[in-house]
Amino acid sequence: MSNLVIVLFDGFAFGMLLFVLSVGLSVTLGMMNFINLAHGAFGMLGGYVTVLVMRQLGLPFIVALPAAFLAAAALSIVIERTLFRRLYRAGELNQVLFTIGIVFVATAVATYFFGTVQQPIRLPAWLRGTVEIGGIRFGTYRLFLIAIALAITALLVFGIERTRLGAQIRAAVDNQRVAQGLGLNVEQIFGITFALGSGLAGLGGALAIEIVGLDPSFAFHYLVYVLIVVSVGGLGSITGSFVGAALLGIGDVAGKYFVPEIGSFLIYLILVAVLLWRPLGLFGRR
Amino acid sequence: MTPLAPTAAPHAWLARQSRWSWFEVVFWLATLLPFFLFPTYLTLASQVAIAALFAISVDLILGYAGIVTLGHALFFGLGAYTVGLLSARLGWGEPISGLLLAGAVAGLVGFVASYLIVRVQHLALIMVTLGLGFLAYELANAMTWLTGGTDGLRGVSMWQIVGTFRFDLWGYTAYTYSLIVLFLGFLVSRTIVNSSFGLALRGIRENVTRMPAIGSDHSWHLRKIYTISAALAGVAGGLLTQTTNTVGLDVLSFQRSADVVVMLILGGTGRLYGAILGAIIFLVARDQLAGVNPQYWYFWIGLLLMVVVLFMPKGILGFLAKLTGRRD
Repeated sequence: MSNLVIVLFDGFAFGMLLFVLSVGLSVTLGMMNFINLAHGAFGMLGGYVTVLVMRQLGLPFIVALPAAFLAAAALSIVIERTLFRRLYRAGELNQVLFTIGIVFVATAVATYFFGTVQQPIRLPAWLRGTVEIGGIRFGTYRLFLIAIALAITALLVFGIERTRLGAQIRAAVDNQRVAQGLGLNVEQIFGITFALGSGLAGLGGALAIEIVGLDPSFAFHYLVYVLIVVSVGGLGSITGSFVGAALLGIGDVAGKYFVPEIGSFLIYLILVAVLLWRPLGLFGRR
Repeated sequence: MTPLAPTAAPHAWLARQSRWSWFEVVFWLATLLPFFLFPTYLTLASQVAIAALFAISVDLILGYAGIVTLGHALFFGLGAYTVGLLSARLGWGEPISGLLLAGAVAGLVGFVASYLIVRVQHLALIMVTLGLGFLAYELANAMTWLTGGTDGLRGVSMWQIVGTFRFDLWGYTAYTYSLIVLFLGFLVSRTIVNSSFGLALRGIRENVTRMPAIGSDHSWHLRKIYTISAALAGVAGGLLTQTTNTVGLDVLSFQRSADVVVMLILGGTGRLYGAILGAIIFLVARDQLAGVNPQYWYFWIGLLLMVVVLFMPKGILGFLAKLTGRRD
């Protein structure tokens, strides 16, 4: 029984990590139909920024997190302005290949500077160890991770539902042309959304180090998870990403725990089945 | 563009399209050059021929029918394992029947998969092809008793081709054999793309909704080409097993699916020679650059991809065609 609770808890924590990593891609994909496979690379950037900030500058983990967010967001603005903007009207194949090209380059650059070894970080004492609730020991860091993800979800939902920018984003996702016709500067809205989404990916990369480790293969490995979350959840839907990420996280951890031989096999089977049943994802509308 | 007179007979136009140009004759003669110029690189040359066949199979669905796939290694791997298992588990090492069987198995699975493929578009399509590819990889990984898992399949050995030509250490037989199979696969593909069926596929690529409106059964066309493409990929995979005498899990890997699309985009999609050129550039460059610093090979490929997508959207061959002002 307690095993089951722990597996569900760990799976949910992993799912929340995937949510932070992928929610930005879901919203930007829903808005611009721009298939950005380099999203995982922004996550990797956040991870390495965290490592640098903590090791070279000696700053605490809690300071490194916003730094990871800002670094990924800043770089994404530069890349969006100079490169991605040219590809919005290009075919999906060109978008896929261009952004895969970026992943290749990012992986090689990370290898050049950091080597292929894992980059561990030392968490502050208050995040280490476990907390006992009802006789079951929960990892403190995973609780922290879930808390952060839930806070981000609340912020996002509030921001999207209640703020002016949120209304503009919803309009642009719903129908880009009409939104433009009504005088919204969709390009600018997209730029801001893109930066926020990439920043969240960077934050996700920073949070991921303790759970899954960090090496140059991160961008590729987690890209697959991120794409599964986005396509199963449905484009442009925060609820969809949340549910998709939680399902994937729990499914992945539970699969690897209970049926280790075919755990990853099941994940892909479910992915294909869901997409054939609902090609637009569970919560997708278009 | 050749201006098309309204009275032009479509069959005459297709016949004109499929006439052999001197460029093609020279190209195929040039594929014999490695025998004389680089006899020490024949193993690489046969790898290139196999990759080219695989790239052609992907070009048929991606370049002509517009099905973006990131999981075609599924069929390549199926072919490779068919030939491998046939030899290692059943003791049957006859190459030609092995290749035919590899194509048949991959084609059969492709036919089944094609029912899934035509149901989805855009991101869902990419994800379904990706998912199917990973599914096959994980399945092969889990069935260690059959496939040998990460250690690879041991005990593959090929008989002599038509009872006379032994696979030698230097790759004379391997390259000759791969080249012949590549040429046959190319002929089949060339006939397909220059037929009315090939035209219907291009119509689907350009406008999915308009084709049914003019009475073309587009999902049947897509299923047909997907099956053919899967079978060709299977043959390519079978060739790899036969020329290297090993099968590893990497025949099914995502890396292989991605590499072949990269080759295709480098050479130019929607033209069969683009697939071949892309395979040549990719593998020769990897051979040369990996010798210098193997870790950074993907840096250059990534950079090349970005440059090609931004400045040569129709690939290197399309870029050259534009420079020389030839028709598309």
